[in-house]
Amino acid sequence: MSEFDAATAAVQAALDAGARYADARVMHRRYESMSARNGDIEELSQDESIGLGVRALVGSGWGFHAVPDLSDAAARDAGRRAAAIATASARVPGPPIDLVPAEAAVASWASECAVDPLGVPLSDKGDLLVRATATMREHGADLAEGLYQIWDTTKWFVSSEGHRIDQHIRECGGGISATSIGDGETQRRSYPSYRGQYGTTGWELVTSLDLAAHAARIAEESRELLTAPQCPAGETDLILGGEQLALQIHESVGHAIELDRILGWEAAFAGTSWLDLARLGSLRYGSELMNVTIDPTIPGALGSFGYDDEGSPAVARDAVREGRWVGVLAGRDSAAVAGLDYGGSVRADGWARLPMVRMTNVGLEPGPHTLDEIIAATDDGVLMDINRSWSIDDKRLNFQFGCEVGWEVKKGRRGRMLRNPTYTGIGPAFWRSMDMLSSETVAWGTPNCGKGQPGQVGHTGHPAAPARFRGVRVGVRA
Amino acid sequence: MSAELGIAAGVVDLVRRTAGADAEAEVLVTRSDLALTRFANSFIHQNVAETGVAVHLRLHVDGRTATGSGSRADADGLAALVERTRAAARLAPPDPAWPGLTAPTATPSGPAVDEATAFASPDERAERVRAFVDAVDGLEAAGYCRTAYRSGAFANSAGHTAAGSAAEAAMDGIARAGAADGVARLCADRLADLDGAALGAHAAAKARAAADPVELPPGHYEVVLEPAAVADLLQNLAWFGFNGKRYAERQSFAEPGTAQFDPLVTLVDDPLHAGTLPFDLEGTPRRALPLVEAGTTRAVAYDRRGGAAAGAGSTGHGMPGSATFGPIPHNIRLLADPGVADAGATVAAGPVSAGVTGAVGDPDTAALVAGMRRGLLVSDFWYTRVLDPKQLVVTGLTRNGVWLVEDGVPTRAVRDFRFTESYPRALGAGRVLGLGRAPVRLPGRVDGSWYEAPALRLSSWHFTGGASG
Repeated sequence: MSEFDAATAAVQAALDAGARYADARVMHRRYESMSARNGDIEELSQDESIGLGVRALVGSGWGFHAVPDLSDAAARDAGRRAAAIATASARVPGPPIDLVPAEAAVASWASECAVDPLGVPLSDKGDLLVRATATMREHGADLAEGLYQIWDTTKWFVSSEGHRIDQHIRECGGGISATSIGDGETQRRSYPSYRGQYGTTGWELVTSLDLAAHAARIAEESRELLTAPQCPAGETDLILGGEQLALQIHESVGHAIELDRILGWEAAFAGTSWLDLARLGSLRYGSELMNVTIDPTIPGALGSFGYDDEGSPAVARDAVREGRWVGVLAGRDSAAVAGLDYGGSVRADGWARLPMVRMTNVGLEPGPHTLDEIIAATDDGVLMDINRSWSIDDKRLNFQFGCEVGWEVKKGRRGRMLRNPTYTGIGPAFWRSMDMLSSETVAWGTPNCGKGQPGQVGHTGHPAAPARFRGVRVGVRA
Repeated sequence: MSAELGIAAGVVDLVRRTAGADAEAEVLVTRSDLALTRFANSFIHQNVAETGVAVHLRLHVDGRTATGSGSRADADGLAALVERTRAAARLAPPDPAWPGLTAPTATPSGPAVDEATAFASPDERAERVRAFVDAVDGLEAAGYCRTAYRSGAFANSAGHTAAGSAAEAAMDGIARAGAADGVARLCADRLADLDGAALGAHAAAKARAAADPVELPPGHYEVVLEPAAVADLLQNLAWFGFNGKRYAERQSFAEPGTAQFDPLVTLVDDPLHAGTLPFDLEGTPRRALPLVEAGTTRAVAYDRRGGAAAGAGSTGHGMPGSATFGPIPHNIRLLADPGVADAGATVAAGPVSAGVTGAVGDPDTAALVAGMRRGLLVSDFWYTRVLDPKQLVVTGLTRNGVWLVEDGVPTRAVRDFRFTESYPRALGAGRVLGLGRAPVRLPGRVDGSWYEAPALRLSSWHFTGGASG
């Protein structure tokens, strides 16, 4: 029985059991990760998982059931169970559920991949991590860590509206970090990012990072941080590197524009959003430099795909244009509730998980400057780079982020390294204070976005470049 | 022999036949039936169930180690798992620190499994959601009701086998009164022990009491933390403090044998207390592990590799990822001092006669609040992240209700705060002013993980800013 046959059987069984809409997704994923520490391989792990998840709409109640079995009997049973669960949902009913119209797509899609990451010999991949972590140890790191991860996912999607889509998505990435342990504190430097850089692409991404070439530098910087002066406390101009700005976008824009949060569907757990749908199109989110797009079509970025997990094709659209809020991340049902005419941002992290609104590639369009020009134009401020900690309230307004490293900026020059840099603020006020933006954009990948119950891990991408923000509170301490 | 044990033993046999008698293998097979009914805006908007099998194989052959896992338990799937794990092991580097396999050991029985919980119907979960929604009486309700069942079996090539099963039910919900939320959260061995109406009424009372909050200036405040907030302390202490790998690498504050906490603090990781399999990923039997006794740190958690390196042996905390992230206790109980519990309300820092209001919610917390001249009552913490792992300095926010307490009585709801605080320091000698006597078991994000604690009164908590700006 083919994967499409199993999905079709599940959908038909759900319809036969009373569903007015059903879809099913078979998903086969191979995952490989390797970590190294202090010049030795620490863990090598491989996972292979295949199963089917079917979603049924009975009246206005949803039900979802998943099984690791693609036999006809198992698929049909899953469809019937999904319909029964949907029927139980009607015991606590809500408003009528509709789906925004979608053209039934029959299609195949595959991500770009020059070098199959699972095809690269394990010994080569191991050598890469061993060499980089050994170099960090030689240059003074107490803990030298390296990691890569690979996801190779094939999906087969069928809906009762006639969708029949298969996709092959290959994602990978990695990075290194050096930790130095002092008297009562630890300091860490990472390259190229906290947890590394990831993309929907092949092993060529990891090769291009040239991890070993940066190992000595970050080890030495981690030691230097132990004796660097504390980041001063107060209000100052803040320049953020692109990697940290990517996380700022993720937390204070990406999650805030998720329509399920705006509608209250995540209220008890992930939280809601400060955004009010009545002000979509008019609300001032940030300065006129702020142009944020939702774009799952960016080649190689970690939030890219051909079709989302409801069968909607990848389409680029605006989220914030010249500082004004104009778009949301939506699914077909949430869009219908909100009176919008598009979905396209619904994904699940496995066959056993319900598709839900997720970020794709949510990124900031570049500005006219370079980082050097921004520094040169700053009389008194702090430059921070590479995320270390992140926390934001349940409405996505009040945030506090910590970075691995900071530098003084005085009279247009980068000065002393600063340790334990943090900054805090309120989303819209912070974004309104952005007055300089660089053109040096990188699409940073976030492979660990948590959301949903049962929990799901999402893969998102965030094009971002360094930027300057005026009058930000920095250096908060216990 | 259970079906899971048959699969595990079969994989060990397959390894022996294909990789030779010297190959060392350990196999964990877990069947799961998990279901979760989720509600928001007072209706069920997501309703899911899954049946799954996970086969986890660790193989050590010719001095090299690799790990594989899969979702297929049929013959072809198991053969493929063994073959790809063998292939990975051949290419893996030498592993001189391989700790060997768990020797044949008796496995304790976990708590009895409630079949009605293990295989509860979606209607039974919906009933509790219905009761919660009805009890909030016109407020908006959101949350979940979940049931979970896991049947697991372990076998290794040293001849050790273990089997067990566990069930759990949990409910977690908020009531929303305008911009104010109140929360009720509970984890239990039996679905029958979850009273949706009682939880809904509790959440609604707290939400109503949280209306019209005022902004207070940042600073150090005395606090009473309700059990949901205390659970966050326990979770962060577990991940970053009682983690044997972080301890070995000098990244943890923990110093076994040293008085690091107030004498009122006793922490025990107690997996057999409730719904968890009675053995770990490596087949090591689980047992109660005293982490802190009357303020003195006693132990950290180890898997086999870390335990061998430390000369302490495994404490039963092998888990996926523990080789990288370290072994983490997931079933921590903060105990009331036995003397305190027997002595009635004296150490609960005030008479229970202060009464129960919507803000306070229960007599246990009321006793702590009654002893506070001026401070804050905190329901819950949110999005806590570590700024300094060694000192365990954490930032995060309050959520689901904060109240100003004056002369033992909650007088005003307060807007949410951001805080930055060192958790071990906040629990240090002389800083714990009282413990409640009624522990509450709070569900973790996945079944089998829970934290149990009473309310807790602390002399100081550093709030660094208002969440609204």
